[in-house]
Amino acid sequence: MSDDAGGPLSEVGLVQMLTTTGERVPHPDLDLYAAELDADALRAMYRDLVLARRFDREATALQRQGELALFAPAEGQEGAQIGSAHALRPQDHVFPSYREHGVGLVRGVDATQILRLFRGVDHGGWDPTAHGFHLYTLVVGSHTLHATGYAMGLARDGLVGTGRPERDAAVVVYFGDGATAQGDVHEAMVFASVNTAPLVFFCQNNQWAISVPTTRQAVVPIADRAPGLGIPSVRVDGNDVVACYAVTRWALERARSGLGPVFVEALTYRMGAHTTSDDPTRYRDAAEEQRWRERDPIDRLHAHLTASGQLPQVFLDEIETAADALGEKLRTEVRALGRASTSGMFDHVYATEHAQVSADACGRGTR
Amino acid sequence: MTLTTERHGATVERSDLTIERPAPALTTLPMAKAINEALRRVLVEDERVLVMGEDVGRLGGVFRVTDGLHAQFGDHRVMDTPLAESGIVGTAIGLAMRGYRPVVEIQFDGFVFPAFDQITTQLAKMRYRSAGRLGLPVVVRVPYGGGIGAIEHHSESPEVLFAHTAGLRVVSPSTPAQAYQMLRAAVACPDPVLYFEPKSRYWAKGGVDLDAPADPSILDTARVVRSGTDVTVVAYGPTVATALAAADAAADAGRSLEVVDLRTVSPLDVETLARSVRRTGRCVVVHEAPVLYGAGAEVAARVTEECFYSLQAPVLRVGGYHTPYPVAVLEHDWLPSVDRLLDAVETTMGF
Repeated sequence: MSDDAGGPLSEVGLVQMLTTTGERVPHPDLDLYAAELDADALRAMYRDLVLARRFDREATALQRQGELALFAPAEGQEGAQIGSAHALRPQDHVFPSYREHGVGLVRGVDATQILRLFRGVDHGGWDPTAHGFHLYTLVVGSHTLHATGYAMGLARDGLVGTGRPERDAAVVVYFGDGATAQGDVHEAMVFASVNTAPLVFFCQNNQWAISVPTTRQAVVPIADRAPGLGIPSVRVDGNDVVACYAVTRWALERARSGLGPVFVEALTYRMGAHTTSDDPTRYRDAAEEQRWRERDPIDRLHAHLTASGQLPQVFLDEIETAADALGEKLRTEVRALGRASTSGMFDHVYATEHAQVSADACGRGTR
Repeated sequence: MTLTTERHGATVERSDLTIERPAPALTTLPMAKAINEALRRVLVEDERVLVMGEDVGRLGGVFRVTDGLHAQFGDHRVMDTPLAESGIVGTAIGLAMRGYRPVVEIQFDGFVFPAFDQITTQLAKMRYRSAGRLGLPVVVRVPYGGGIGAIEHHSESPEVLFAHTAGLRVVSPSTPAQAYQMLRAAVACPDPVLYFEPKSRYWAKGGVDLDAPADPSILDTARVVRSGTDVTVVAYGPTVATALAAADAAADAGRSLEVVDLRTVSPLDVETLARSVRRTGRCVVVHEAPVLYGAGAEVAARVTEECFYSLQAPVLRVGGYHTPYPVAVLEHDWLPSVDRLLDAVETTMGF
């Protein structure tokens, strides 16, 4: 992988529970969480990994066909997303950045609704409260503060540390390595720390902030910043879905029990472009991409399940059918999304009447 | 602080009507204390209300606006935050998503800018982005304006930077009574409100009806504070007092000035302005903020549109120069004074 000893891409201390060839390696602190993943749970993860990737490729294709204005692919990051998302409980709340499509799918957000934003018919598209999955935030890092305030609210509402699994809740906020250079992310860590907020900072270090490598954001592992703010941190192999599950499970357990925030850094790789407007060939070489292709999170779980005979062909066929159905659904439904109504542009600017908006809406305001 | 209570008849002036009601008990308070009483009242009335900011706790705020609230309501309701304005507004947004109604204090006008991103890209737009699913009833209190001999970044008037952003309401009270009622209305409002407190008026006293019924319309409407026939002077926040002083001086010289207190910069109550200017035929607008692209430009444009055939002269603007706020010893040469306002009045009368 990297010989970046001590740097932000160092592999020293990364939690890994599945090797790149799919062998399960024990971890003294996290085996109890990984043990929750029986064959059915692992297959459910495998299914979500495959569906997330299909979603990604279909959306990218739809953009190339002119059906989406833009898309931000997440290929390569499915292990970090699906693993962590499977550790959530229904009452937990997620604040995504704008690339957590896999997490959104696990939270039950309809795949087509995620693409409303990218087709340009909506700024959001789903009900964040119903899914415990906030809208995408495009101003990098801003949402980490919203997540912190939300988590402070959970604690104030008595939803932390009661010991009742169906009641205790926490927040996970997703962001990238680039976001960690933002002041808001640091302020979020300060506020979360001093308020003992039930919050998991989940950094997907995908190594590229558009064209800028992580080494321009940090000279030491990003996770190393958190302990200085009083937040324990852990670095995990982001392409190891089992390790991502176990680490997030541990972090959420800690947060829900009232012990405060945790910082998780999942080292992964953005296999595709930043968005469909980007061209990675201008700033990174194919050999690097190939190295990471060989560490693919789906292949890894596939190898693990196959080796133990837990991935029968009938199951793979069923997933393939489901993925094809998802693709067909997206191709059909995205094209049918229609156009937002012009009059709707004036809705929801304010809850209360605002004279200017009212005048503009009925043609008596701005000419 | 000594509180004196007096009882006499009062009228509540609205844009288009005057309602007589039984004489309320008026308590004489400085504006800072009136805001304090409003905060106390909303904290009592609604357990979802939180007061957050730097030094708002035991200190009671650098202007003592939150004096005594921490002692009465505790850490849980009146929270000293870390020293980070973006963090204050950003976490208030998250708390509002959980159903709370944060009232956050930005310590000084010039320190609102670290929170500018959160206010304009997040607070202002969350309702729109979510198609109405998420509302953010957050009040951002900002002590603003000059005239108190302060150092750099402590005397600015950034209100139009927020008024230019859809999704925000931007208001500024001019008297203790207005401050009390407008803050209550701002906290009750389901939309985010930037509440600009004219710090040069913090210590000016006035009668406040602490039992006044809530009045949501106060966030939408201007008010005529002094009737006149020659020129409409439009002001808000700290310059309402300047306008009233100018009106007194003008009266001595035989000029009759009508003074309109905008109260709200966004939305702008064009109806009240137009009704006044159609009668007087002349309009001067005054604010501390620099004139270039200021609220006065909008007032002038709208008044011209609405009252073109009534106007006897172009609408004139009086306000800050296009410089950074100057050093304290020069601030009274920079701030719009009674003399500069009267010069503009004479110019408009000369057309």
